[in-house]
Amino acid sequence: MLILECPYCGVKAEETELHAGGEAHLKRFGPGSTDGEFHDYLFMRENPKGVHFERWRHANGCGKWFHAARCTMTLEVFGTYSAQTFEPPQEIRDAITAKRPGWTWRDLK
Amino acid sequence: MKRYSVFAVAREALRYHTGWERAWRSPEPKRHYDVIIVGAGGHGLATAYYLGKNFGITNVAIIEKGWLGGGNTGRNTTIIRSNYLQDPSAAIYEKARSLYETMSQDLNYNVMFSPRGVLMLAQTQHEIRGYKRTAHANALQGVETEFVSPERVKEIVPIINLHGPRYPVLGALWQERGGTARHDAVAWGYARACSDMGMDIIQQCEVQGVRVVNGRVAGVDTTKGPIDCDKLGMVVAGNASVLADQAGFRLPMESVALQAMVSEPIKPCMDVVVMANTVHGYMSQSDKGEMVIGGGTDGFNNYTQRGSFHHIEETVRALNETFPMVSRLKMLRQWGGIVDVTGDRSPIISKTPVGNTFVNCGWGTGGFKSIPGSGWAMAELMATGHSPLTEEFSINRFQEGKFIDESVAAGVAH
Repeated sequence: MLILECPYCGVKAEETELHAGGEAHLKRFGPGSTDGEFHDYLFMRENPKGVHFERWRHANGCGKWFHAARCTMTLEVFGTYSAQTFEPPQEIRDAITAKRPGWTWRDLK
Repeated sequence: MKRYSVFAVAREALRYHTGWERAWRSPEPKRHYDVIIVGAGGHGLATAYYLGKNFGITNVAIIEKGWLGGGNTGRNTTIIRSNYLQDPSAAIYEKARSLYETMSQDLNYNVMFSPRGVLMLAQTQHEIRGYKRTAHANALQGVETEFVSPERVKEIVPIINLHGPRYPVLGALWQERGGTARHDAVAWGYARACSDMGMDIIQQCEVQGVRVVNGRVAGVDTTKGPIDCDKLGMVVAGNASVLADQAGFRLPMESVALQAMVSEPIKPCMDVVVMANTVHGYMSQSDKGEMVIGGGTDGFNNYTQRGSFHHIEETVRALNETFPMVSRLKMLRQWGGIVDVTGDRSPIISKTPVGNTFVNCGWGTGGFKSIPGSGWAMAELMATGHSPLTEEFSINRFQEGKFIDESVAAGVAH
């Protein structure tokens, strides 16, 4: 069972306490954007076999959204971090690099 | 290929069964094929079979990284139905269902198609309206379904509890011509027929790269070396994004785990398929007597072919309230498969940004029932560049806003 530590309340929450919110760090496109940008924002999702960044909500806990870095091949969790950021913090990236040298996600390395 | 028949059985019985042949060859790959299909599951093998049968294209390789039919083809709950709301879905699923009717004869392989009937329970007012609408749509589409009363449901499935603790059974959408088939046999039957036409099924061979020259596919690099091709078909379900990435384009889909399980075998107690979408579970009884049970998908991306335990709990709870007798059953086996889900929950059968490369994916939680129809349409698309069955399932429909919104009609169990 997947266990994520909520970065806000510090609770180690298991899956039934959480709600999966899909890909992290999406850039939102609306009026004024091109058709391609709007299409990608609505429908294109990263679907990596390996390192992935996601949004989760501590639904049956503090209720707050946060981010998690996870491996979709092994279900290993590299870490969780605040929702108030546009990209993963350096310590999360370092933790991933330690276990998955050479990982990539979008244009992150 | 020697035909299977009652005479073959008698002949072999008289000579200690020494004359049976291998059902398909396992050759080494050639340097070049006209068509390469990646993925030897049901959809891939069906595509290859109809390429040969309908279009005479037999210089074909079907490449599989694991073993034949070892992915979702061997992991589903074998339900076959075509009671869909939207015209494009009804057309392709009904094509598939009708091909299932004669598949054993066509392939000379017993796929054990059993048109025992499929009941989709309506347990809320919303579902009643939805299923009545589907029944009317099906009447126009030429798909035989009817909306039946709770009393009729009880007649068809005596073990059902109409007055469950959470949701009563208020009626059901009944497709009498739906049913089940032996999932492995579908893959094996197609494989045997493909091999007989001279196609090469290459197992334990993983595609590691797709070679694109001047915007057109030139071949694939595999663990058994490079293989050239004129046309490439990607039919790899949950791994479609990975393969598309190798060819340099993206797909609007995500891969998640879907689980199923079977109980210990018991005496015959239910001779139809029942789907309860509101409480989230569906069930049928296999010929061995096991209750075959399916549930919902996990909410997060996953490639592990393992699902979350709480979804099993949810499914079993739903079935306990719908069929109180199953509460005493032990579950024997549980497993997961990786399904590919698109934005509108409908499949993609389409040309791609790479020339002569075609993709068939996004069947999500409802792939098995569509295998022959999907293969038929994909073969037509690959051979002629156009198929009336696939027109609406293009990869461009998201850009154009022409969704095939079946997620409402199909509910969770697909």
